[in-house]
Amino acid sequence: MSTETMAPDSLELKPGMDGFFDDWSSDQLAFKEVPWGKAMMWIFLVSDTFIFGCFLASYMTVRKSTLEPWPSASEVFALSFGGAPIPLILIAIMTFVLITSSGTMALAVNYGYRKNKWVTFWLLVTTAVLGATFVGMQVFEWSKLIFEEGVRPWGNPMGAAQFGSVFFMITGFHGFHVSIGVIFLLIFSYKVARGHLDDQTQGWFTKRGGNYEEIEILGLYWHFVDLVWVFIFALFYLW
Amino acid sequence: MDHTADGHAQVVREEQAIQHPLGVYFKIWILLFILSAMSYAVDFFQVQGYLRWFLILMFMVLKAGLIIAVFMHMVWERLAMVYFILVPPALLLTLVAIGALEADWTFFQRGVYFLKELILEAPVSPHH
Repeated sequence: MSTETMAPDSLELKPGMDGFFDDWSSDQLAFKEVPWGKAMMWIFLVSDTFIFGCFLASYMTVRKSTLEPWPSASEVFALSFGGAPIPLILIAIMTFVLITSSGTMALAVNYGYRKNKWVTFWLLVTTAVLGATFVGMQVFEWSKLIFEEGVRPWGNPMGAAQFGSVFFMITGFHGFHVSIGVIFLLIFSYKVARGHLDDQTQGWFTKRGGNYEEIEILGLYWHFVDLVWVFIFALFYLW
Repeated sequence: MDHTADGHAQVVREEQAIQHPLGVYFKIWILLFILSAMSYAVDFFQVQGYLRWFLILMFMVLKAGLIIAVFMHMVWERLAMVYFILVPPALLLTLVAIGALEADWTFFQRGVYFLKELILEAPVSPHH
């Protein structure tokens, strides 16, 4: 009898902390109103946070413990356009490119939910192009450091040897994330353009019907890549 | 598909998502640009010392917060998910604290060891 009177109540989702305890103690799905793929993406992103967190924590440890002076990022990453070298300018441009791509991605998610196929498509393509631009600039940065400045993972002419290993590991891993993101942005541009998300066509990999929630899940990954760059920019390039 | 429970939930979610006004995204976008420009300015004008650390970390936290809250839709999520995402990474602070302690010890040990090496390698003074 008591279960009957309980039933209508328990279907209602409460806001705030009451809702928090209800959701977690409901003996069912903890994440109410969250699509399966989105919960899985968040679990992946939390684990990825730990990977980048470990990288940045070890960077702090090696930088604090070296006796040799740490190379000045401001000077190492300066570029000159004919005149005097402008400090850190390439990294600043890369930051703006990535933020712009995050903005177009956020708009793509919103237009996706509005079922506006072609605006979503062009916003996704723009995001992919900006992401590829970022990776291109990173390739330029790496080759300049390797071939002109002589930076290696085991040493460099400017100071502490750990600078090279930290730089290649952290920016390399981040660049890899951006590259994977660009590939998936292109795959989803194709799926949107072909109408796979409108028609709920089965995906080639998961065999689940397509829908515009996938754009939000892809967006979470892309914003995460931008988020990691915020920390790398502050802690590695500016510190 | 739309007649199943999952399909119904999906329609509700889509309606909620459309309600996020586009203007919010543009405002956050502009804010992120301004904050990035300001953190670049910290380096450009060579602000040094504790003020540099404070400004860099403040702009970093503000930017990260805006991206997570709005672009990643955290302000619209239920607390059950918000805490699952935001609380575990706080453990990283423990790792940072342990790393900082160990780094200081390593720095001290290296100082002692390399100093000893320098003394042993130094040419013997003719006065001794």
